[in-house]
Amino acid sequence: MTTSPPAVRVARLSKSYGPFDAVNDISFDISPGETFALLGPNGAGKSSTIEILEGYRDRSEGDVLVLGEDPQHAGLDWKARIGIVLQSSGESGNATVLEQLRHFASLYPNPRPVDEVLAAVGLEEKAKTRIHRLSGGQQRRVDVALGIIGRPELLFLDEPTTGFDPEARHQFWDLIRTLKTEGTTILLTTHNLDEAAELSDRAGIIVGGKLIDIGTIGELGGPAARIPMVRWRDVDGVQRETRTETPAGLVAQLVRDLGGEPAELQVIRPSLEDIYLGLVRGHAAGSTSDTASTEVLA
Amino acid sequence: MSATLTPQPAPQSMPQPAGHRTARHGLFSLGLTRIGFEIKLYFRSTDTVFFTFLFPFIMLGIFTAAFSAQGNIGTNPDGSGGISVGAYYLPGMLAAGMLLSGLQNLAIDIAGEKGDGTLKRLGGTPLSPLSYFIGKIGQVLVTGILQAVLLLIVARFAFDIALPTEPEKWLTFVWVFLLGVITCAFLGIALSALPRSGRSASAVVIPIVLVLQFISGVYLQFNALPEWMQNVASLFPLKWMAQGMRAVFLPDNFAAQEQNGAWELGLVAIALLIWLVVGLVGSRLTFRWIRKDA
Repeated sequence: MTTSPPAVRVARLSKSYGPFDAVNDISFDISPGETFALLGPNGAGKSSTIEILEGYRDRSEGDVLVLGEDPQHAGLDWKARIGIVLQSSGESGNATVLEQLRHFASLYPNPRPVDEVLAAVGLEEKAKTRIHRLSGGQQRRVDVALGIIGRPELLFLDEPTTGFDPEARHQFWDLIRTLKTEGTTILLTTHNLDEAAELSDRAGIIVGGKLIDIGTIGELGGPAARIPMVRWRDVDGVQRETRTETPAGLVAQLVRDLGGEPAELQVIRPSLEDIYLGLVRGHAAGSTSDTASTEVLA
Repeated sequence: MSATLTPQPAPQSMPQPAGHRTARHGLFSLGLTRIGFEIKLYFRSTDTVFFTFLFPFIMLGIFTAAFSAQGNIGTNPDGSGGISVGAYYLPGMLAAGMLLSGLQNLAIDIAGEKGDGTLKRLGGTPLSPLSYFIGKIGQVLVTGILQAVLLLIVARFAFDIALPTEPEKWLTFVWVFLLGVITCAFLGIALSALPRSGRSASAVVIPIVLVLQFISGVYLQFNALPEWMQNVASLFPLKWMAQGMRAVFLPDNFAAQEQNGAWELGLVAIALLIWLVVGLVGSRLTFRWIRKDA
């Protein structure tokens, strides 16, 4: 592990469109076989980052190595080693699912068997249906199938489960776990934090083009963000909230003080979503107060 | 999505044997695979089949029905030497078919593929743009030849139009057709960069194609057009394709009606070769899998 070079290395990456900095000095590595999630609000710079890694966009500054090559100059052999599931697909889709998969398989030197991929995405019964006649969720499964048909070493998944029903989402997670056990490195962007928690080994959070936190799912936000919260309504009807490492002790204290059950008692352990929202809002609040103080000074 | 994928047969760190790719996945063999796929999709697109493939048949039918009552075209004072309206319009319809199958078809097709994400997806695969072009040019050649052959069969058997019997006329037909249709295909690839979206592609391309057909002797008799319009048309390839086709299918005494009183096949070749170079350079300069940093 210590000697193998990272599958993805991003160092001080920036991307600007005119005066707008979409990505601002981002650095992270992804180890071979790791699943890494990029999280962040819409327009935060996730897609710009992932499209630079996929070779679709040129960076403004910084260094990027993907499977040991610079995506801006990488050739067809490099493309044969990656798989891409783009964020949106709107192909007119006059080909059937089977025809499309067979055709894309023929583009790769070492593809997976088409029947296997069809089964893995659960589209065997739709094999002979033209893609434009499929539902949105089914078309998304075709996208996923086309992303993995070439047996990629590195798979990019840009919001892969948009339009999936819960069952399809769980089946998709199983598929990704199978790819992980095969050693596939995966870079995932998602708005679904359960998905990030289920699948990824580590995650980075991007807000306003900056990487504001990175770590294992258990580390994000730091220990302080994980302190449980006790919430109740006091005798005057006012809602009270206290963060404490010893919630049971606090509740016992409350019961003793009140001489009975506290009203509307809740003990909350922050979920990944709570921690994520805390980080994103904290960052937004930070930048707003900056602006405010500037205005005061001016 | 039951997760049953066969594991990677070889460890990923194992280097690919040299030549592995070129052996099975040459640019050319992938291009041939693309041709088959492209033709299948061409005939599944109702718009394309109607406005590109069948359009010359419909126009030939309309012209024949509309103007046949006015008698033959080009008759001598003694009533000899004329040809039917259908026979007169056949070369123009063949030239229009080349323009539609090549330029209109590819310009709209590729602009649409750019707009709907097909090109972006292909750009993420190990498909070379060269193989993609082979697929497109091959699709144009196969559908264009099929269209021309069917048009000739319909002309001969449905409209009773006499076709030339001299081998040298057919030789002229072959080179004018191939040079014209390939030129139009590359011009179509180049023109596909013009529409800003897939949806606007038809609105941008069809007026260009339509105007060219009106000024180049496809719908209107070329010798009846004012000279300035003939001169403008001479700047574009369709006029030369139509002239080449008239040289094949019209009786030799019709050459006197051409702008310079002759078929000028040498000029036809030169004009089409110049436009072929324009198309090749334009395609090379403008084609991108995606509009980077748009």
